[in-house]
Amino acid sequence: MDVMAQERALLAALADGLPLEPRPFAALGERLGMTEAEVLEALRTLGERGVVRRFGVVVRHHELGYRANAMVVWDVPDDRVDATGRTLATAPGVTLCYRRPRRPPDWPYNLFCMIHGRDREAVLCAVERAAELAGLEDMPRAVLFSGRRFKQRGAVFGPTPSGEAAWTISTAAS
Amino acid sequence: MLPLDGIDRLLLDGFQRDLPLEPRPFAAIARDLDLTEDEVIARLAALQKAGAVSRVGAVVRPNTAGRSTLAAMAVPAGRLEEVGSLVAAQPEVNHCYEREHRLNLWFVVTAADAAGVAATLARVAASTGLPVLDLPLEAEYRIDLGFPLRWT
Repeated sequence: MDVMAQERALLAALADGLPLEPRPFAALGERLGMTEAEVLEALRTLGERGVVRRFGVVVRHHELGYRANAMVVWDVPDDRVDATGRTLATAPGVTLCYRRPRRPPDWPYNLFCMIHGRDREAVLCAVERAAELAGLEDMPRAVLFSGRRFKQRGAVFGPTPSGEAAWTISTAAS
Repeated sequence: MLPLDGIDRLLLDGFQRDLPLEPRPFAAIARDLDLTEDEVIARLAALQKAGAVSRVGAVVRPNTAGRSTLAAMAVPAGRLEEVGSLVAAQPEVNHCYEREHRLNLWFVVTAADAAGVAATLARVAASTGLPVLDLPLEAEYRIDLGFPLRWT
């Protein structure tokens, strides 16, 4: 097993989180044919390389009282979107901030962020403050509050067309 | 909102990053909070069961160990339950939400490589007969460093 495959297998085994027992890394290693020390070293390396952003408790906003969340999007001219996005990312309440492609005519927006709040009003207030901070007041905007949650978990992968073995991983969006 | 005591809040707030990478991480947390290892494990298990904790684990930078995209569909109101359930049942889909817009179903697809992502989008489009917009990440402006909780 090459290093990449072993790392993938490790991240896959972590998709549903560490087993909650006294020696979780040893238990994880047992499933993968790795020692506890190898698992810890691999996780340290993945952290140093920036593949693993953070390692710890992943909370669910909704269950903790953050009942409202919206994906807020703007159409920002291409020559301004990066600077604007970096500022927007610092606004209170903004948890994720991305540039994605427009898909006209269905989707004219290229700057995306997520805003969580206790209720809709709190989210809308945060949207106004964020827009002001980032100079987005006059840009076309849409606020997409979430309704039903059909699924929220670490992703699970099937075999790919290239024939790679099944593996799973938890993404930053989780 | 779930009933949480002060210790639960410390566990939720204080260990979103930098869980100790050592053989007995829950014992390390226990030392920090003046608890026993068993108490830390029992509380985390209870928080996970109650849904407040999704997992104790890794948050991976997008498109490093695999490929992912955000996808959107305009689903007729009468078909939302059917299509939402179908999308959520795809093993490559890890988030799937209804949103208030003409494009009313949004989901994240993650796979080992770009071909795996494309195959999932094609499968969803074919089995629903509805177009799927593919909106891959082009730039990321905020790094996920956890979620600061405000308790008041």
